[in-house]
Amino acid sequence: MIGPKGLFVSAVIAVGAVSYLFTGHPEMSWTLAQIDDYLLNILILMGINVVLAVSLNLVNGHAGQFSLGHAGFMAVGAYGSAALTMFLGQAGLTVLQPIGGLAAPLLFCIVLIFGGVLAAMVGLLVGIPSLRLRGDYLAIVTLGFGEIIRVVIQNADGLGGARGLTGIPAHTTLGWTFAVAASSIYVVGSLVNSTYGRGFIAVRDDEIAAEAMGINTTKYKVIAFTVGAFFAGLAGALYAHFIGYITPEGFNFLKSVDVVVMVILGGMGSTAGVTVAAVALTVLNELLRQAEQYRMVVFALLLIILMILRPQGLIGNLGSWLPRKRGRS
Amino acid sequence: MSAALLDLRNVTIRFGGLVAVSDLDFHINAGELVGLIGPNGAGKTTIFNLITGVYSPSAGGICFDGVSVEGRRAYQITARGIARTFQNIRLFSSLSVLDNVRAAFNLHLEGGFLGALFRGKRFVAEEAEVEKKALELLEIFGLDSVCDLPCRSLSYGDQRRLEIVRALATRPRLLLLDEPAAGMNATEKVELMKLIRFTQERFGLAVLLVEHDMKVVMGICQRIAVVEYGCKIAEGTPEEIQRNPKVIAAYLGEEVPDHA
Amino acid sequence: MNELFQQLVNGLSLGAIYALIALGYTMVYGVLRFINFAHGDLFMVGAFAGLYFHKWLKPAVAGWPDWGVALIILSSAMLMGAVLGIIIERLAYKPLRGRPKLTVLITAIGVSLLLEYLGQLGFGAAPRGFPTLLEARTLSLAGVRISSIQVTVVVATLLLLVGLRFIVMKTRMGLAMRALSLNPTAAALMGVNTSAVISFTFGLGSALAAAAGVFYASLYQAIDPFMGVLPGMKAFVAAVLGGIGILSGAALGGILLGIVETLVVGYSGVLGIPPGYRDAVAFVILILILLFKPSGLLGKSQREKV
Repeated sequence: MIGPKGLFVSAVIAVGAVSYLFTGHPEMSWTLAQIDDYLLNILILMGINVVLAVSLNLVNGHAGQFSLGHAGFMAVGAYGSAALTMFLGQAGLTVLQPIGGLAAPLLFCIVLIFGGVLAAMVGLLVGIPSLRLRGDYLAIVTLGFGEIIRVVIQNADGLGGARGLTGIPAHTTLGWTFAVAASSIYVVGSLVNSTYGRGFIAVRDDEIAAEAMGINTTKYKVIAFTVGAFFAGLAGALYAHFIGYITPEGFNFLKSVDVVVMVILGGMGSTAGVTVAAVALTVLNELLRQAEQYRMVVFALLLIILMILRPQGLIGNLGSWLPRKRGRS
Repeated sequence: MSAALLDLRNVTIRFGGLVAVSDLDFHINAGELVGLIGPNGAGKTTIFNLITGVYSPSAGGICFDGVSVEGRRAYQITARGIARTFQNIRLFSSLSVLDNVRAAFNLHLEGGFLGALFRGKRFVAEEAEVEKKALELLEIFGLDSVCDLPCRSLSYGDQRRLEIVRALATRPRLLLLDEPAAGMNATEKVELMKLIRFTQERFGLAVLLVEHDMKVVMGICQRIAVVEYGCKIAEGTPEEIQRNPKVIAAYLGEEVPDHA
Repeated sequence: MNELFQQLVNGLSLGAIYALIALGYTMVYGVLRFINFAHGDLFMVGAFAGLYFHKWLKPAVAGWPDWGVALIILSSAMLMGAVLGIIIERLAYKPLRGRPKLTVLITAIGVSLLLEYLGQLGFGAAPRGFPTLLEARTLSLAGVRISSIQVTVVVATLLLLVGLRFIVMKTRMGLAMRALSLNPTAAALMGVNTSAVISFTFGLGSALAAAAGVFYASLYQAIDPFMGVLPGMKAFVAAVLGGIGILSGAALGGILLGIVETLVVGYSGVLGIPPGYRDAVAFVILILILLFKPSGLLGKSQREKV
């Protein structure tokens, strides 16, 4: 396993390398400001997907609590943050006027964190009862909660109901996305690579043995779930302020499956692996955009074949290829 | 009796119609090495599960260090000072040997969630301390040289030893060993006997040993309790147990060899 | 009071459909201990099979009585469902025998998506009309309006349940199914051909789901490739509600769920729950049952062995 700092650096290098490769104009790729809009959009989507995949991996991979409701928490973050921006954004700017040019970024930062915290709170609420269940039952219950969240939003007229919320200001930049992606990788990496974080894996490997070793398994599961929901909320907030238009239908079960595919492809429990998978699948999505009707067929086949031939994921334990460093991890 | 470290009073547990443990009175004093024997299915592992909070008794009470453990969850009981190994080895299979032990140090961590997140000086010092202690424990049991290997790659005997190390990492006052000699050869068993005694003295532990191998039990236990069909049928020193006609009839049969 | 009976009748016919799908979930869970997530999509396949068989067979059966045509179409759709169910099991699930439950669940999600999107490629995403197999007549009983289709669906469901009970309780294959669900290893050692029994179970469950698809399409007269998603999940809830692995539980759970769902929508004003929450009802029930009685209404609780 590489340490969190190592992951952080590799993430920066990876995204840098991708942006370099993707511009196709080496002379232009040095400054992100010069990347054309299309690529910029893809890079932002990549970043958002990295946040989603890395955070779901904490829950599904490291802690072994298979959740199918990630899109629900993303929806909470997206709607919560968008509502804050749209209903209170102007007032916030007025209050923050004295700090001048920093007012807008500070406000967006608050909006993002609000989205994350709101999702984390819902995550806590959902997690405490459902994490008593295991395996496929937990998967179905989280799916159920995800659907309930969607139905609740669909029936909230103040949030646009089934028609969705339009005209969300486009505050999300590559910089913000990058920062959130890097911090999700850092937080998950930090948590997992510590004596404390061994608890997550202990819970995944054997709950009864973990309890017998003094590990409060409920607490660990709830923490993984809440942290996962927090970052899903952040990703939702980024997404809402990127795309400008959100509907409840956009956060349905299929969105959760999208993220699950990234985690599985990258290898459950491998932060580096799922980061690469999130980037790769964003690209694949773009490539298949012309053939939208085939995209999900390809995804579905990928899922089935992967489970039969290589359930540990295509990329697997990327960290284990690197020399291990004991002591500081 | 009230000074006992662990005290089981009239403990009964039923699974549906089956009475797995019936009206059991049993105690262990601090620093004592007690054996628990009985035929297969007599309820030995169930007693372990009752003591460690995996099951809660249908009737009766269990006190550890003078305080009832009723309603406590397994991890809380471990925190109070009872650690165990499992009959069917339950290591954390995807972790290395060292990390299996590190995970068991969780209980005594001060840093926790925020420490792991912000990684201050104290966190780094604590991690180093945990690793040092874990390695020390592994060294005692001769496992320090394999500490980076995945625990699955260890031999059966080594996995059992690793389970003991992992249990010790929780800093127990009472260690419950569930058939630690299972699957070991004669030499390994002799080693294990030495090791259990050594551990008991070195860490000042009380040990409750469930074991089928009579040589091991008779060789190291100060006191032995015999259960059959969930009831205690005898209790005493190894000599007394070997002479007890009830035990001979119920369990040992005619095959009891003479023990020195 | 009439209003209540009306809701109960509507709930019963919807519940019958849930029950038919739930039986498949429960049977597969019984023999393989996994949630066949793709089961709801066989319901969709059944409905489309009904549509196409009606189109193809119409010239051949011209002049037959309506009920004869309906029976032919229903049985062809069920056969089609059974064959597809068996093929799916052989290709996707059989290679995973003995693997972790979640691996199989993820595969099942993959199969579900595959069927849905292949359906979309083949049939288009837009809803299609479904032909009237039997002339609908509305009976009025003391002010309660009952459509003859509702009656047919409920009666046909009952007949299928009786047939299923016969297969499971009175035939050799049924005995083998029950043996397998009690103890797979022992069943295999006693000479039960587990592969054959599993195939048969999938075939039987899928046939019932396909029948449910035809019934549902006849009741609501519109079908699309994603029509199986929600009824499928709800039927799963029904199976859990009754006690997964228990046949009578699945039937009971399905009917209860159909009635509760219909009542919640029908009395949304009284209950203060907006009718838009219709699809959340099942999930709320699922969560409550899993938290308070995970073994279901008819199930017995089990303990993990340490």
